[in-house]
Amino acid sequence: MKRYVLMRVLKAIFTIWAVYTLVFFLTRVTGDPVDWLTQAGASDSAKETLRRNLGLDLPLWEQYVKSFVGLFTGDTGTSYYYSREVSDLFAERIWPTVSLGSIVFVVTIVVGLPLGVLAAVKHNSLLDRLTMSLAVIGSTLPNFVLGILLIFIFALTLRVLPSGGTGTVKNYIMPIIALSVGPIASVARLTRSSLLDVIGNDYLDFVRSKGMREWKVVIKHGLRNALIPVITILGSQLSALIGGSVVVETVFAWPGIGTLIVTSAQQRDFPVVVFGVLVIAASVTFVNLLVDLSYGLLDPRIRKS
Amino acid sequence: MNTEKELERREEAKKPVLEVHNLKSYYQSRDGEVPAVDGVDLTLYPGEIVGIVGESGCGKSTVVRSLMGLMDPVTSRREAGTALFEDKDLFQLSEKELCKVRGKGISMIFQNPLSALDPVYTIGNQIVEILKNHERITDKEARERAIELLRQVNIPSPELRLNQYPHELSGGMQQRVVIAIALACNPKILIADEPTTALDVTVQAQILALIRELRDRLNIAVILITHNMGVVAAICDRMFVMYGGVVVEEGRCEEIFSKPWHPYTRGLLAAIPSIDEDKETLYTIPGQVDALKAPVNFCRFQKRCSYACSKCREEEPELSGEDGHLSRCWVFSGSDDLEQAKVVAP
Repeated sequence: MKRYVLMRVLKAIFTIWAVYTLVFFLTRVTGDPVDWLTQAGASDSAKETLRRNLGLDLPLWEQYVKSFVGLFTGDTGTSYYYSREVSDLFAERIWPTVSLGSIVFVVTIVVGLPLGVLAAVKHNSLLDRLTMSLAVIGSTLPNFVLGILLIFIFALTLRVLPSGGTGTVKNYIMPIIALSVGPIASVARLTRSSLLDVIGNDYLDFVRSKGMREWKVVIKHGLRNALIPVITILGSQLSALIGGSVVVETVFAWPGIGTLIVTSAQQRDFPVVVFGVLVIAASVTFVNLLVDLSYGLLDPRIRKS
Repeated sequence: MNTEKELERREEAKKPVLEVHNLKSYYQSRDGEVPAVDGVDLTLYPGEIVGIVGESGCGKSTVVRSLMGLMDPVTSRREAGTALFEDKDLFQLSEKELCKVRGKGISMIFQNPLSALDPVYTIGNQIVEILKNHERITDKEARERAIELLRQVNIPSPELRLNQYPHELSGGMQQRVVIAIALACNPKILIADEPTTALDVTVQAQILALIRELRDRLNIAVILITHNMGVVAAICDRMFVMYGGVVVEEGRCEEIFSKPWHPYTRGLLAAIPSIDEDKETLYTIPGQVDALKAPVNFCRFQKRCSYACSKCREEEPELSGEDGHLSRCWVFSGSDDLEQAKVVAP
C-alpha cells in the first residue's frame, strides 16, 4: 500500500510538471505579448526595451528555466499587463472561486446524494421517474445556458437578483444554481444506478433478516457499498469546479481565477496563464489522487491488492 | 422433581413454535398472477429440523422469504395466510415490530455466505451490529459476545477473525460466521435457505453437522430449504415436498424415504444416483415445471405424472393421509395405494 501511494504521488508530481511545461511552450506560440502591450505604430526600439524589461529577449529555454526555478523560490513572475506579482493577483482572486466552488460542491452532495437514494429506494415510482427526468435535463443543459436563462428570468424580468458581481449573498444565488444543477443531476443519477446494483445483493436481505431498520439497511450497507462510483464522479465534478468554472464566472462577471485566466490568455499575459494552469492542474491532480486513495478506504478488497 | 421438569419440557415441545396457515404469495407478471406459494400450511416444533424440498421455482424460498417479510412489495403480494409466532401473527406486524422479531425471534442464513456478508465491514462489526440492534450492551460486552459466538461455531482464533473482512475467509468459515450472526440473539427459529449449496462437499457435511449440533444444544427449530434429498436424509426430522407452490407430501423423513406416496416424491427419490448401480443414464422426471396461473383447479403435477387420470385434470386434490404423513394426490394418499404403485414405480 505504501509503495502504491508513493508511486501515485510521484506520478501526480510528474503530471503537474508535464502540464506546466506544455502550457509554458504552447503560450509562446500564440503570439508576441509586446504587440498587445504597445500601441500600434510604436517604434522598434520602444518594443525592444519593453521586451528586455519583460525578460522576453532571453532564449526560450532560459526563460523556461528561470520561470521554473522561480516557482521553488516563491517568485511566480510578474504579470505583463498588471505589472504585479502573479501570486498576488491569484491571492486576490482565489477566494471568490474557492468560496463559490465549495458551496456548489456541498450543495451537490447535500442535494444529489439524497435524491439518488430516494429514487433508488422508490424505484419505478412517480418520484423516481420525475427525479430522473429532471436529472437528464439537468445534466444535458450547459451551465452557461442555464446561467443566461437565470439572468434573463431573475435579473432582467423579475429584477430580484443582481445579474453579476460579488459581495452580497444575493450575488451567490444564481452562480450556485447555474453551477450545481449539472453536478447534482450526475450525482443523483449515478447514486441511483449504483445503489440499485447494490440493492439486489443478498447481504442487504441478510442485514434485514438481522432486524435492522430499513433506513439503516439502505444507508449503512447499501449506500456505503454504492459509494465508489459516486466518489469518482464527485471527484471529477470537484476538479471541474476548481478548474475555475471559467465560463460561468464570465457570465456572472465573477471576479475569480476563471475570469483572470481567460482575460490573461486574450492579453497574452504568459506568466498569469501559465501559473493559472499550474494551479488548476495541481488541484485536479490532487483531487484525483484523493479519489484514488479513497477507494482503498472504501473497499477493503481494493486495499489488499 | 426431575420428571416433572421433563414433563414440562415435553409439554413445551408439543407446543408449536411456528404455525403457518394457508400462506399464499403471488408474483405479478405480464400475463397475470403467478401463484409462487399457493396455500401452504406448516407447523414447526421446538428443536426439530424440518426440510422443505423441491426443484427450482417450486416456491420453497418464497415461503420463508414471505415469513421474514423479505418479499419485494412491487413485484409480489401476499394473498392470504397467517403465521403465528409467539402468539402473534407475523403478517399483521408493523415494519417496526417485525424488525424486533427478525434476528431475535427468527433468523435466516443464506445460500452463498460470501454474498450474504457485507464486503466492506469486518466480521466483528457485522456481529456486533445485530447484538446492539436487539440488546442494550456496551461495545466491550458485544465484542466479548462476538468472540464467544465465533467459538461456538468452531472458528479457530476468533479474536483475530473479528478484524478480518469476509473475503479473507474461506467459504466454510464465511458460512460459520453467517450462522454465528444468525444465532447471536438466541432465536427460536433458524431458517436456512440452501445453506450448503455453494460450498464444497466436505465443508457441506461440516456445516450440516454444525447445524445439528446447535439444534441439540440450543433446542432451536430449523427450517432447512434444499433441493438435495441427501441433505434432508442427513439431518431432517420431518420434510415437506413442494411442487408448483403447494406441499405435495409431508411427513417424518424415515417414513417418506421408505414409503413415499406422491409420484413426485418418488420421482425425486428415484433421481438420486446410487453408487451401487451402473446405469447408462440417470433417471430424470420427464417434462419441466409448468408456468402456472392463479387460480389452479387441477393437480399441479398431472402433466408430468404417469398416473394422471381425468380427475387429476379437473380438480386439485387436498392434502390427506394418516399419522402426519400426508400427500396431495388423487391416486396415492395412503399405504394401501402404495402396493399397487410398486408395480409401476419408476
